[in-house]
Amino acid sequence: MQWLDAIIQGVLLGGMYAQYALGMALMFGVMRIVNIAHGDVMILLSLIAVTLAGVVPVGNLGLILLVVPIAVALGWVLQKFILNKVVGADPLPSLIATFGLSIALQNLMLEIWSADTRSLPSSGIASESFNIGPIYVGLLPVIVLICAFCITAGLDGVLRFTRFGRGLRAAAADTEAAAMAGVNPKKIYATATAIAVGILGLAAVFAALRATVSPADGPAQLIYAFEAVIIGGMGSIWGAFVGAMVLGVAQAVGLRIDPGLGILFGHLVFLAVLAGRPQGLMARK
Amino acid sequence: MSEPILSTHALSGGYGDFQALFGVDMHIDPGEVIALIGANGAGKSTFLKSVFGMLPVAKQMVRFDGADVGGTPAHKMVRQGLAMVPEGRRLFAGMSVEDNMRVAIDNARLPEDQGQWTRDRLFDLFPILGEKRREMVENLSGGQQQMVAISRALLCQPRVLLCDEISLGLAPKVIREIYAVVPEISAAGTAIVLVEQDVSLAKSASNRLYCMLEGRITLSGASGEISRDEIATAYFGGSHAVA
Repeated sequence: MQWLDAIIQGVLLGGMYAQYALGMALMFGVMRIVNIAHGDVMILLSLIAVTLAGVVPVGNLGLILLVVPIAVALGWVLQKFILNKVVGADPLPSLIATFGLSIALQNLMLEIWSADTRSLPSSGIASESFNIGPIYVGLLPVIVLICAFCITAGLDGVLRFTRFGRGLRAAAADTEAAAMAGVNPKKIYATATAIAVGILGLAAVFAALRATVSPADGPAQLIYAFEAVIIGGMGSIWGAFVGAMVLGVAQAVGLRIDPGLGILFGHLVFLAVLAGRPQGLMARK
Repeated sequence: MSEPILSTHALSGGYGDFQALFGVDMHIDPGEVIALIGANGAGKSTFLKSVFGMLPVAKQMVRFDGADVGGTPAHKMVRQGLAMVPEGRRLFAGMSVEDNMRVAIDNARLPEDQGQWTRDRLFDLFPILGEKRREMVENLSGGQQQMVAISRALLCQPRVLLCDEISLGLAPKVIREIYAVVPEISAAGTAIVLVEQDVSLAKSASNRLYCMLEGRITLSGASGEISRDEIATAYFGGSHAVA
């Protein structure tokens, strides 16, 4: 029963990681843009959410409705003014540009918000739970998991069946050939990054409800997102979801073995996947 | 005679500091088929890329339908009515045959139901594509991939179609199959620029022919009236002329 509990808690934790990872799956998995500032952007959005919550009393749902549009706008600006200048066959320029952005963001956040940890007053949701048999399940993690599932399904559907999705897959496969077929790659990429960061906006609110955030927390979230995408398989949206579950379960099981082992166990599973199935669990080939 | 649908005027350009084209003048009328021949490195592909807005050129160097369009980005040229079958096909890997086609339909000059070309018409023309419409393009043979590439370009509903070495790497039987559709495309009023290395193929499929050497046009005229000797001289340069 202890292990079943670990797996359930791991899946719920995976829901949070999936929200970090979906934007990464879109940018890194599909567009092959390495965004080192992914975690820092999320922390920035969390801190904006915390500050907003202190200024306007809108409740959690209202806060999501405020932060997600800010995130979408931030993503669009990020792509338009930074990433579109460095995107190309060579991943190095985008890596260096976003690495610089990551450091700049961390210092900017430190300047504005100080190094204090902050969180959102969760008005009970974070502490509510219900029982499934003998196992306690938190309400907030279940909501996070359901949201992650719905976003994954929605994003996968958008990529498969919409004009935007086809354009994005085409541009990711061969940017120049996509332009020859009438696709404007820069516009498609700006929209994709806006979506990716928009999802991060939702994740940011949940992260601040669930635990505390501080300006230096970004890189850890970045690693989880990277690991989820690579475990699942590059370019597969459902792969990122599954990868996040695997990572969450590995951490929860490791935690049960020894309280110090949780995070390490996640990394070990990631390394095992890299060694045994480097293309990822859900990759087509 | 009416104005050509596409023309170039002293088109010069290349890659960065490397100049590959030196004042190329060329024109094509609606419904006409022209062939552009030349050896490797003569500048044929560079010419197509320059026309299509993928290499920087001055605005007045390319005229399309009466307007100066040189340097307009490729995705905007598609809206105006230009399409290209790129060298090496360059299909969208990881996508089905039909999704490859739909990318073009999504961004075409005209909606599919108002244009000359529909998926159904192309599946009539290339029946094998109808059978494989849900197949991933990377699982198709070279000839089938070329058919997808041509279909994708036609679904842009072009007024001028640029074809870059569509016979390259294909078996003679497949080449005949693919070239058999050229008259049907031009009959629809679409002008076609065929870039070819196979001289006899280029001669037989075109109305007029241009030969390029080292970034310059060295010969042009009606395809039926140019002799093989003239082509050999223009193709290899005077000092290398072969009988």
